[in-house]
Amino acid sequence: MGSSWLQFVAGGLTSGAIYALVALGFAIVFNASGAINFAQGEFVMVGSMSAVTLLGLGLPLPVAVVLAIAAAAVVALIIERIAIAPARHAETVTLIIITIGVSLFLRGLAQLLWGTGVFRLPGFSGDEPIAVGNATILPQSLWVLGGAAVSVVLLATFYRRTLLGKAMLATSYNRLAAQLVGIDTRVVLFASFGLAAALGAIGGVLIAPIAFTSYDAGIMLGLKGFAAAMLGGLGSFAGAVAGGLLLGLLEGLGAGFVSSAYKDAIAFVVILAVLFFLPGGLLGTRHRDRV
Amino acid sequence: MGPAIATVSERVPARHWVASARSGGTLLLAAIVAFAPLVLPNNYAYDVAVQIALNAIVCVGLNLLIGYAGQISLGHAGFFALGGYGSAILATRFGVPVWVSLPATCAMVGALAWLVGRPTLRLKGHTLAMATLGLGVIISIAITTEDRLTGGPDGMAVPPLVLFGAAVQGERLWYWIAGALLVAAVWLSLNLIESPNGRALRALHGSEVAAQTLGIDAARFKLQVFTLSAVFAALAGALTAHYAGFITPVKSSFLHSVELVIMVVFGGMASVFGAVVGAAVLTVLPQLLTVLKDYEMMVFGAVLVATMVLFPQGIVPTLARRFGGRAR
Amino acid sequence: MVQRRIPAIASRIAGAALSLFALLPPPAHAQAPEPVRIGAFLSVTGPAAFLGDPELKTLEMYVERINAEGGVLGGRKLQLVSYDDAGDAEKARTFAKRLIEQDKVDLIVGGSTTGTTMAALPLAEQAGTPFISLAGAVPIVEPVKKWVFKTPHTDRMACEKIFVDAQARKLTRIALISGSGGFDKSMRGECLKTAAKYGVEFVADETYGANDTDMTAQLTKIKGSGAQAVLNAGFGQGPAIVTRNYRQVGLTLPLYQSHGVASREYIKLSGPAAEGVRLPAAALLVSDLLPAGDAQKPVVANYRKAFEDKYKTDVSTFGGHAYDGLMLALNAMKAAGGTDKAKVRDALEATRGYVGTGGVVNMSASDHMGLDLSAFRMLEVKEGNWSLVK
Repeated sequence: MGSSWLQFVAGGLTSGAIYALVALGFAIVFNASGAINFAQGEFVMVGSMSAVTLLGLGLPLPVAVVLAIAAAAVVALIIERIAIAPARHAETVTLIIITIGVSLFLRGLAQLLWGTGVFRLPGFSGDEPIAVGNATILPQSLWVLGGAAVSVVLLATFYRRTLLGKAMLATSYNRLAAQLVGIDTRVVLFASFGLAAALGAIGGVLIAPIAFTSYDAGIMLGLKGFAAAMLGGLGSFAGAVAGGLLLGLLEGLGAGFVSSAYKDAIAFVVILAVLFFLPGGLLGTRHRDRV
Repeated sequence: MGPAIATVSERVPARHWVASARSGGTLLLAAIVAFAPLVLPNNYAYDVAVQIALNAIVCVGLNLLIGYAGQISLGHAGFFALGGYGSAILATRFGVPVWVSLPATCAMVGALAWLVGRPTLRLKGHTLAMATLGLGVIISIAITTEDRLTGGPDGMAVPPLVLFGAAVQGERLWYWIAGALLVAAVWLSLNLIESPNGRALRALHGSEVAAQTLGIDAARFKLQVFTLSAVFAALAGALTAHYAGFITPVKSSFLHSVELVIMVVFGGMASVFGAVVGAAVLTVLPQLLTVLKDYEMMVFGAVLVATMVLFPQGIVPTLARRFGGRAR
Repeated sequence: MVQRRIPAIASRIAGAALSLFALLPPPAHAQAPEPVRIGAFLSVTGPAAFLGDPELKTLEMYVERINAEGGVLGGRKLQLVSYDDAGDAEKARTFAKRLIEQDKVDLIVGGSTTGTTMAALPLAEQAGTPFISLAGAVPIVEPVKKWVFKTPHTDRMACEKIFVDAQARKLTRIALISGSGGFDKSMRGECLKTAAKYGVEFVADETYGANDTDMTAQLTKIKGSGAQAVLNAGFGQGPAIVTRNYRQVGLTLPLYQSHGVASREYIKLSGPAAEGVRLPAAALLVSDLLPAGDAQKPVVANYRKAFEDKYKTDVSTFGGHAYDGLMLALNAMKAAGGTDKAKVRDALEATRGYVGTGGVVNMSASDHMGLDLSAFRMLEVKEGNWSLVK
């Protein structure tokens, strides 16, 4: 029994990488708008469900995946134009409720289009487990971990090297100052939604071979992704990744060593404890209060 | 957020309106509750009315927290379910009479909220949202898992409320109880808002630093409001359970918490009557949308988005500003 | 500008709300002949959608068919009034009240889950409306409620069927893994209760959440528990993930699933990992494998063909429960010669030898389900398809 911890860690990291990708989406939108985007989980779902459909139409898997990610981004951009941009001066709570409305709308639309069934994508590199010590891991888990890592690197490059990325970063530090130096924060908000949705969709297609997907898969992922983002520090990219991985590990180890029924509760107790001592999250910025 | 002083002077006329709302508005609500039965055709309509009143009690409390203390709670379903389960468990498993178990449970939930709120409300940003979300999830898991006490995911039967030796049963009797309690809750909330701390905080729109410079103990007020809102939720939860004769963990779910927040923001933040209107609209709307079948969720989402885009302040404050003029 | 536009938009929204009111089912007018109103509240969306969705489809299809064939009781049309409770017991209770008080239905078929059924059950009892539940758990019909019947097998029967099979294979030490949903927990409880009767001992008792994506931690613990077989009580996508993770962590013990996964979706999601998995299920899933003399064969084959032709999706046992519920109701109305609620109830209780998709139903005053263990078949997944265990 003492040697099974490796399996708990492997399982935990797989879930954790998923949460990390969703948490990144939360961070991007939070930085641009100050609001929590509760439709983030739905973007994950739109990505994976679109991939299932495109694959069903006979497209090769890589093409289906790329198109699905693009589809999720386009859906997000349309929604930003219709629902978010007109209300961008509203209070944060209002924005949050709008994103909840968007998530209900997308879930309802998905139910209409795809029904209530559960679907699965084939594993990108087969389904034969790989032995790591005395634990086993699915090749798809490596895809998830690798996909998360590559996404983070690309995201960092985007923010550091491109003009739009720099503008988005500047907006996240200080929206008013960014506006004063001529950054169009409307464009930043627009781009943030597309980027967040694309990231979520990447997560969606990567996990669909392991965790399956259905019209309501976004609820749980949104919740866990938000918790991961808070744990790491809302608005911090490194924090989102760290928070996601830590949340997954807590669940895996909690289920393995303590109680599988209470594993989510264990994870949340730890999150609450962390937030109590580090209110900004593990890697979050320490806010100064302003009048 | 403009300079604090300007905000105060700008908001001063609002006091007259709210002050009249305290007595006048409460009377208006009481009149609506008293005369609504004239248009309620059957017991099903009474049932929906009872649900509106009970949801409105939660929303009035939650509205104080969101609208006046500037904090979101994503765990009020946890308090709601704790109220229902607590009272039901005390009554069925420990033989406590319901008229004792109900207030006792509300007091316990209030104590829990105070314990959780005391450290977290001093923290900034979305921390209360996360803390309440976590608390709600933990409560939900415990209720689902401890099936010997709670009946597990399928829920448990709840004994009826017994007052003066008689079981309180039937939609019509419950309507008067829930309606009276709603009027009381509204009156209590308006009083709290009109207290010196409440008034000042409302004027400052939740800015704690500004409040402190004026010598106001904002954290204390927030803690009071948070605890009161949790007690309201527990009360409504317990009444819902005793009324329905049944409770399931769905009532403790994150989605129910979100639903409650939607009611408040939809109706109007920082407006006690907005909370009541929000609860009423969002309790009735799903009943109306059943005709849409497969389109129900989509249309509900679209209605929510459209309303919030058009009325960012919520229905009641926007309409009051439009037609009441002086509300501004 | 913006301020002035708001009342216009508000009035448009108000207009839309009013037109919604107008869409509400009209109050019952005296018209000849009065339709027979069947009420249904089902979990068409939400976590139990895979139950409610085929149930609603089945009811809609057969109501349409029967009306096309001229209706029931000498030319009266059937009218289906259905609501989606999304698996929420509170909503189910309100809808049951609406069906009874406002829609004035003659009979209720529905309650996809035990939770929604139990919440609505007292209302049917109080109002004296016959109520045929489509949910599985024992407490619905034990103790017997005057107005309440149910069509699906109980989870206790599923446990017993599995234990009988395990006994035959000389497997006595079993590890249990179950989801945290109502179906899962109810079956877990019944299995724990009945195990001793069949000499079965549980050596592990693990759980997972309804939306968990990885159960390797739980299965790794089971691997070290010394079990001879594993039983997974659960429905939805969880059991498919369990099945895949089962092979992933290298478990080769016999795996039993519950009747909750009795649909082709389970095999599709689990892939090759499902090979050799056994589960108790109704005859419906293996209609083509049934011997020619099997009493259920024509019924299940007909239902299956009708459903799959119309909806182009695989049939599931849950839709079959709704078929049985509707047919039991119509048979009882025929026997009662009308829709008088008390007479229909008595006729339901007097049902004998009804051959349905779930089995042969023999109701009595002490048994409002009327099925025995023979209603379940033990299936095994072979080469990506169901097969009968002889």
